[in-house]
Amino acid sequence: MKRRTILTGAIAALGLATGAALADGHAKTKVGFVYVGPVGDGGWTYEHDQGRLAVEAEFHDKVETIYQESVPEGSDAERVITQMALSGADIIFTTSFGYMDPTNAVAAKFPNVKFEHATGYKRNTPNVSTYSARFYEGRAVQGHIAGKMTKTNKIGYIASFPIPEVIRGINAAYIHAKKVNPDVEFSVVWAYTWFDPAKEADAATALIEQGADVILQHTDSTAPLAAAEKAGGVIGFGQASDMAEYSPSPRVSSIIDNWAPYYIARVKAVMDGTWESVDTWDGIAPGMVKIGEITDAVPADVKAEALAMRDQMAAGTYHPFTGPLKKQDGSDWLADGEVADDGTLAGMNFYVEGLTGDIPN
Amino acid sequence: MIRLERRPSPSRFWTALTPVLAVVATMIAGGVMFAALGKDPFEAIRTIFWDPIFNEQFAAFSRPQLLVKAAPLILIAIGLSLGFRAGVWNIGAEGQYIMGAICGAGVGLAFYPAESFVIFPLMVIAGGLGGFLWAMIPGVLRVAFRTNEILVSLLLVYVAEFMLASMSLGLLRNPEGAGFPGSRNLKAYPSAHNAELIAGTGMHWGVVAAFVAVIFAYVLLSRHMLGFQIKLAGQAPRAARFGGVNPSRLILFCLGISGILAGAAGLFEVSGPAGQISIDFNVGYGFTAIIVAFLGRLNPIGILLAGLLMALTYIGGELAQFMLGVPAAAIQAFQGMLLFFLLAVDVLSNFRIRIGRREVV
Repeated sequence: MKRRTILTGAIAALGLATGAALADGHAKTKVGFVYVGPVGDGGWTYEHDQGRLAVEAEFHDKVETIYQESVPEGSDAERVITQMALSGADIIFTTSFGYMDPTNAVAAKFPNVKFEHATGYKRNTPNVSTYSARFYEGRAVQGHIAGKMTKTNKIGYIASFPIPEVIRGINAAYIHAKKVNPDVEFSVVWAYTWFDPAKEADAATALIEQGADVILQHTDSTAPLAAAEKAGGVIGFGQASDMAEYSPSPRVSSIIDNWAPYYIARVKAVMDGTWESVDTWDGIAPGMVKIGEITDAVPADVKAEALAMRDQMAAGTYHPFTGPLKKQDGSDWLADGEVADDGTLAGMNFYVEGLTGDIPN
Repeated sequence: MIRLERRPSPSRFWTALTPVLAVVATMIAGGVMFAALGKDPFEAIRTIFWDPIFNEQFAAFSRPQLLVKAAPLILIAIGLSLGFRAGVWNIGAEGQYIMGAICGAGVGLAFYPAESFVIFPLMVIAGGLGGFLWAMIPGVLRVAFRTNEILVSLLLVYVAEFMLASMSLGLLRNPEGAGFPGSRNLKAYPSAHNAELIAGTGMHWGVVAAFVAVIFAYVLLSRHMLGFQIKLAGQAPRAARFGGVNPSRLILFCLGISGILAGAAGLFEVSGPAGQISIDFNVGYGFTAIIVAFLGRLNPIGILLAGLLMALTYIGGELAQFMLGVPAAAIQAFQGMLLFFLLAVDVLSNFRIRIGRREVV
């Protein structure tokens, strides 16, 4: 008896809430974000959270944003995404590669909720979109600066997981370092983590001890920059976020992921009812990838060259993967002047010629 | 003056009451923390403990999820508790969990795309065997060379993690996965899928196995000679040896059974909730299970309850994060408080509190 009273009460309250929203005319659009790291990681997740805040700033009281940080990429992700969908989210951004299958599984159960998965390729149902940034354009600029700046000709690279996105970054950086410095050598360390300050610092220190004086990173914390600062005479770059607290040196520049315009556009599309499943892969030109300020630790001529390359990519007149290029095993990949197609880039699982070591498998 | 007086044997009354006391103490201390963070403490605590089970919007989904989350914890903790009682310290259940998942999934994928009812049972056997063999490494080393099983089993976790990475990138990688790491999704392969037995209940074979393990351990410890030997070996090793207990056999049994259960937990997880072998498939169940085992006072029924309680704080904690914007770190601190208080109030069951002057003997 009592139970029934509670139930009726709850239903009445629900009805009231719905009624209020309709009377107001502006049901809030609820936007969910699932993060792989903490919002304070200073890198990848931090920038996604900046995007979330930009959505709030843009739409004020027309939106409500919710987020969950440090969600493991295993079986927990599916539960977290489901609970978000149950809580009434209209659109959910899942911001790590490992959320691909969970996102699609939940999307199949909630056809009225829109899902946006970052860096994946599966769009199994019409309510799933994927989006990613052409970070490799930023890597090309980074490689150019690294090749010019190294004195030991040894560049250390802290890689996370051997997935195409990371391999593309290594190749792009190497091609452009090699172009300006034929003696350059890359040492790649696989950390098997996106965010683990202790592990990242260890990797950076090991690379520096092996003689590297430029550290590139594809992990999300500032620990490698801290290690570079401690070692002295070593430079690095901000990853995913500007990491300006380490400028002017060791941080001489950075690749910044700028998700805000995309997030605002997609939330707007949900509000307007124009949302459609798309596959977005934007680079420097639309502003999804930005090059952070190049500091005075870099000579003026190198800085000018780097900026010129950035502008060419923005204008669409230069592609970082332009032939002639060979694969690591010496086989031909791109003929002179030929530009890599997106399909090959999206599934890239090989090194270009000159890189040493193997991609783990 | 307050002093503690050791009880001749732990108080039954306090042993039963202390967990409740600990939960209440956690609610108070946690409430203060949430209030300091600017959140309504009552709402936060209601969200963590009440909403996952009774909230209209979520409960239908999250109640079964409690079983899904608790099952691997209980399964692993039951195995560990037998060893812990006998003084055999298997700290590496996480590694056995991973190896069970790899072996079990490997057997399943070897049959792909054939459909047969024997595939899943074979996978379960392979999963248990994988965990068993991985646990036999520290077992045999301890019996033959008197190495320390704590160190060996723990370090083998890291070896297992590298095996997992290697499998997701090499042998078990999805050939249709466009070069991305991770195996085929077993959810899309009916013969290998550990699906819900009754839709919407969360009951999969792993949950069934966890309940069976609880009953099995209960009977073993209370009715069986081997259970008596386990308890004796832990409490009085010398007496046990005189009593005819073969220490080597006991060590191998304890490590073996915990390896089998951890391996089976890994298999049930990879073929069910997780769905695929991926680089970060493991999320620390093997370590959390150690906490669950001690939280449950190494008692099978206690472990069952402790596993469900841990699952509740995980799922409720997730809800609190995105419903109320409580940071992930605060939820971890809250879980830490719960463990702290549970262990701290133990003093009440083992000691009597005397207020007053110490009597002169």
